[in-house]
Amino acid sequence: MEAFVFLVAAAGAVAGAVTLILAKNPVYAALGMLGTLFSLAVLYVTQLAHFVAAVQVVVYAGAIMTLFLFVIMLIGVDAVEDTSERLPSQRVAAVVVIVGAVLFGGYLWLSNTFTWSLARAEVDPLVGSIEATGLILFREWLLPFEVTSLLLIIAAIGAVALALFRPARRHVGDPGSGDSGGER
Amino acid sequence: MTPTPEWYLTLAALLFVIGLAGVLTRRNALIMFMSIELMLNAVNLTFVAGGSLVGNLQGQVSVFFVLVVAAAEVVVGLAIVMAVFRRRATADVDELSGMRG
Repeated sequence: MEAFVFLVAAAGAVAGAVTLILAKNPVYAALGMLGTLFSLAVLYVTQLAHFVAAVQVVVYAGAIMTLFLFVIMLIGVDAVEDTSERLPSQRVAAVVVIVGAVLFGGYLWLSNTFTWSLARAEVDPLVGSIEATGLILFREWLLPFEVTSLLLIIAAIGAVALALFRPARRHVGDPGSGDSGGER
Repeated sequence: MTPTPEWYLTLAALLFVIGLAGVLTRRNALIMFMSIELMLNAVNLTFVAGGSLVGNLQGQVSVFFVLVVAAAEVVVGLAIVMAVFRRRATADVDELSGMRG
């Protein structure tokens, strides 16, 4: 049963990821990303990381993807992507790197020089409830947690600053008129 | 047959490579951003799987920090995309060749 859930969620995650990188329309790409995020939430639940799964749905699927969809709608979904390459060697290099990474991973897998199974702990797998994660977060990770609030404030100020200062209008010789509302 | 953490690590590696392929091949800035988010999600899955592998919750706590960094990155990144779009009316990163890049 657990393997079945894993296989279904993993298939959903991979299908969403492939949709993301292959879709012509950015909206379809965002929907594929959304499917991947929900599938990952299911996988977190199967690993008893309940709070992480809830945060995944609320923050990623709720907030971040909504932000992405807003920007996609603002920018326009009908922009045709030019797939011709200005650096022709780049695509070849990308294929070489990906194939090389896959081959290297397969070599590590087959040669058993790298084992994933670290010392399997004898304790029971803990349930990632809000209480348990909160205790660790506020006892052992308090300073990093507070620093992240600083990071978020900086990011918010940076986003506001980027949105606030508009570039000068391009109409040379007629800077004052127009329906732009001027500088803000 | 119950899935072991190795299954999750394999899936995370696969998702990371797919996201990397998206960053390398696509030209739409928004889709490149979403591919980066996909790579961060693959790392999150690695953290959770590694946490259950060693049997504590530190991995799950690390996910929250990755999540905060991802949120901050998305906010600033999308603001940059919007600023570029207002100036250039495009979301194609190849168009941004003003510095001969």
